[in-house]
Amino acid sequence: MARRVPVQTRIGFTILAWAIALLLFSPILWTIVTAFKTEAEAIASPPTFLPQTFTLENFGAVQDRSDYIKHATNSIIVSFGSTLLGLLIAIPAAWSMAFAPTKRTKDILMWMLSTKMMPAVGVLIPIYLIFRDLRLLDTLHGLTLIMTLINLPIIIWMLYTYFKEIPVDILEAARMDGAELWNEITHVLVPMAVPGIASTLLLNVILAWNEAFWTITLTSGRSGTLTAFISSFSSPQGLFLAKLSAASLLAIAPILLLGWFSQKQLVRGLTFGAVK
Amino acid sequence: MATRQTRILARTMMAPAVIVLLIWMAVPLAMTLWFSFQNYSLINPMLTGFAGWANYAYVIGDPSFTQALVNTLILVGGVLLITIIGGTFLALLLDQPIWGQGILRILVISPFFVMPPVAALIWKNGFMHPGYGMLGHLWKAFGLQPVDWFNQYPLFSVIVIVAWQWLPFATLILLTALQSLSEEQREAAEMDGANAVNRFRFIILPHMARAITIVILIQTIFLLGIFAEIRVTTGGGPGYASTNIAFLVFRTGILSNDIGAGSAGGVVAVIIANIVAIFLMRAVGKNLDA
Repeated sequence: MARRVPVQTRIGFTILAWAIALLLFSPILWTIVTAFKTEAEAIASPPTFLPQTFTLENFGAVQDRSDYIKHATNSIIVSFGSTLLGLLIAIPAAWSMAFAPTKRTKDILMWMLSTKMMPAVGVLIPIYLIFRDLRLLDTLHGLTLIMTLINLPIIIWMLYTYFKEIPVDILEAARMDGAELWNEITHVLVPMAVPGIASTLLLNVILAWNEAFWTITLTSGRSGTLTAFISSFSSPQGLFLAKLSAASLLAIAPILLLGWFSQKQLVRGLTFGAVK
Repeated sequence: MATRQTRILARTMMAPAVIVLLIWMAVPLAMTLWFSFQNYSLINPMLTGFAGWANYAYVIGDPSFTQALVNTLILVGGVLLITIIGGTFLALLLDQPIWGQGILRILVISPFFVMPPVAALIWKNGFMHPGYGMLGHLWKAFGLQPVDWFNQYPLFSVIVIVAWQWLPFATLILLTALQSLSEEQREAAEMDGANAVNRFRFIILPHMARAITIVILIQTIFLLGIFAEIRVTTGGGPGYASTNIAFLVFRTGILSNDIGAGSAGGVVAVIIANIVAIFLMRAVGKNLDA
């Protein structure tokens, strides 16, 4: 990191890195600037970079056309709801696997991860029919349930790796002091596990927020999340580039900010602590 | 160390997770399997009864299936190739002493947080659109005819979009692995006169092997199910040129309401994913000390 290199080399690497980073970021940057342009300017040739006439009307138009607020609320409910429900099921399971492992614990963990490998299309049709019969299609609790199920293995794995790093000695000390199991969990384990649980929550909110397959197939207007909302813009009629950019920006901004702030925790979470 | 009481409690605490996941796996899969042997169409309720292998014969015999299978493999393989080679290169670059590393990291990882339909729409309308997309303008600036990407190179266009989304993930993981390589080891190699290529081959690459395995595993899990990017850009077309297995099953089962054939396709998708899974899990099981 702090290697001593000739300053020319450093300048060279810096320019190259910035060029590539800006290139990779350009689709997002372009969406941001286009969102504030008028429709005419958005499709002007040759294109302008910064908006000549700065306008906020695209955002209003998006709200009027498809009710962004409602879809954003749905996204928040589904992503946080499913993550919290998942944590509720996963915390006890991860706790017991980390602190009272048996010979089969590793197999169970592997099996849980393997359920993530099951392609969604393999179960789409039964789920669709079950949801239809139970009147769960296009409902928020139905969607929350599915989201909990698809992210549960990841939640368990993440928590397991975080719990695993808590020294058993501390728990044993608490036990020696006569702490009941429940107290051991609430007073010793949970406080130590809070950072891990917070990272797990964060990452799963991001995953659920961006999940598109189930939201597109199981919802329509009423309980659609932002991924379903934005997918309805795939047909070009009635919506132009500036409004589409505004809608896109509105859909990604919350999670983009969340991701930027939490990038340090992401690596551990995403790789189950396997890469340090 | 664990008492009998603790062990019983541990089992009890694991039970909800295990049961929920078991039901989630078993019930729909059993139903998919059952439907795949039935004549079942939501459009034609008269069509009922046992179908034998007819649905499978229909799905597998359909040329679109073969194409979807090949497309799936090209899509997964192509994206893996781009993201791992590109990610290694970017990680090496970002690991150099450069100015503004923090901001650079943020810029580079951003595409990962963009939801798939948005990523697809940004590329489709803002970049690859022949009329007013950025690339169109660029082509025109050089006096060339703008390319109609999604019609002329549909699968390639989808690969570009998906690779853009996953390159940050690969870069981030590989960069983290790279930064954990001890400085002494590098300097020792440098002292011994190893040139950059040899240092990369014999020190850096072996050190990153584990991270690369993880990237392949996680990405494959998600890439087998690519759906939204295809849905909002090409709709699987033209023809079946950009249809993968996930999209084909969706098209057959949900759009055409042919539950029987759609289910057979679903079963085939599960089998393919399991072959990949067994292979990957073994590789990772060795690397991952659970």
